[in-house]
Amino acid sequence: MSTGWIIAIIVIAVIVIWYVMTYNGLVAMRTHVQESWSQIDVQLTRRNDLIPNLLETVKGYSKYEKGVFEQVTKLRSELAGVPAGDHQEKMNVANQLTGALHSLIAVAENYPDLKASTEYSKLMEELTNTENKIAYSRQLYNSTAANMNAKIQQFPSNIIANLGHFTAIDYLKAPESAREVPKVSFDD
Amino acid sequence: MLYQQIARNKRKTVLVVAVFFLLLALVGAAIGYFFADTAVGGVIVAAILALIYLSIVGGQSADMVMRMNHAQELHDASQAPEFYHVVEDMALAANVPMPRVFIVKDPSPNAFATGSDPQHAAVAATTGLLQQMNREELEGVMGHEMSHVRNYDIRLQTVAMALAGAITFLANFASHAWWFGGGRRDNDDDAGGVLVAVGAVLLIVLAPLAATLVQLALSRNREYLADAGSVELTRNPQGLISALEKLKHAQPMTQSSAECASLYISSPHLNAAHGRGFSGLFDTHPPLDARIARLKKM
Repeated sequence: MSTGWIIAIIVIAVIVIWYVMTYNGLVAMRTHVQESWSQIDVQLTRRNDLIPNLLETVKGYSKYEKGVFEQVTKLRSELAGVPAGDHQEKMNVANQLTGALHSLIAVAENYPDLKASTEYSKLMEELTNTENKIAYSRQLYNSTAANMNAKIQQFPSNIIANLGHFTAIDYLKAPESAREVPKVSFDD
Repeated sequence: MLYQQIARNKRKTVLVVAVFFLLLALVGAAIGYFFADTAVGGVIVAAILALIYLSIVGGQSADMVMRMNHAQELHDASQAPEFYHVVEDMALAANVPMPRVFIVKDPSPNAFATGSDPQHAAVAATTGLLQQMNREELEGVMGHEMSHVRNYDIRLQTVAMALAGAITFLANFASHAWWFGGGRRDNDDDAGGVLVAVGAVLLIVLAPLAATLVQLALSRNREYLADAGSVELTRNPQGLISALEKLKHAQPMTQSSAECASLYISSPHLNAAHGRGFSGLFDTHPPLDARIARLKKM
């Protein structure tokens, strides 16, 4: 075997190994992104489970705020109905629900007896906790997605990314931080 | 600015650790040259000694550290829901397993982390911290501690302690050996030989001090990195800034162990105003004002 052949074989082996490692790396990153979505999903479900209890507690003190209650209930079932694969839509509805819950809390601020009850404080801690976890798991999703998107575009891994049909991942949006004036409606 | 600060801190760590190894090698060479006429042999012996020290020091278990600090474990969120939830949030953001959570009864606000890797980590906060900090500030503090865990700072500190221990041992050995009449006996009348001998003596005498200074410099460098890491997790420098502002007025802790000083978020023994100029070289933590200034630039 001439040295020319040996060199050629070594070069080909190195290229193949690099290809396999890069490909597997991209697959691993994509799996991490999917895993971080499931984290978000878990938190969204937890929040949905909290809502009935929260509504009942608030209703006990302020049965006049129908508009806000209906909005929360409507968005909650809308969220449950979003198809499993549509991450953007699910996040979108979840963000609207965040807004509606903030309106609910703003309304509850008007009822000192409600604010003073231990049941309400416990629920508020749970709700704050779940909202924070939604935010942090979304942050993790976006960082994992950013890592993957960088890898897909950088040379030379972009070659493998194109060959393997790895597509860039869209980032999830945070809710708009608009401070809504609570709509207090006294219709009965 | 955040990512640049993180990168700069990591480069500084490499530099400091390199100085550490260099110091060890120089001391080994000096001793080898002085007692056995072989600098290289000295370096090899120093390296072996360092490895032995490393295996002995090994790192304390989280249980031992917690016991030394009289900490009680929280097994769920029921006793301190906000604190437990914040630690959960930080573990989530850092993408590490949930550490064990402990509370220390002390009115002085402080927190610390221990554990050689994220799988065996534990964090603790004092009752004083939980009382004085709001949720945003608590996130900043616990983010700082989780960054220590994520950056393997505790393991780094253990390695530094082992290296410093080896250097000190060698220096002590050399000074004892001199006392009992060891050392070069051949006549080195040339100026070069004398200079080298003097240099070697100075090195051996000053090495333990140098090792301590390097260890403390490393500790301060990792504190800056953990501050930056906290902001990376929370995306909110203001929480940590206002926590550190509050810590400026804190009383020293009533009971804390000296060995663990560098694991706390702020030095448990000193008042926050410490750390100017020369005396600052002996601090485990950078001055709070300097830390706040860096955070404001992020």
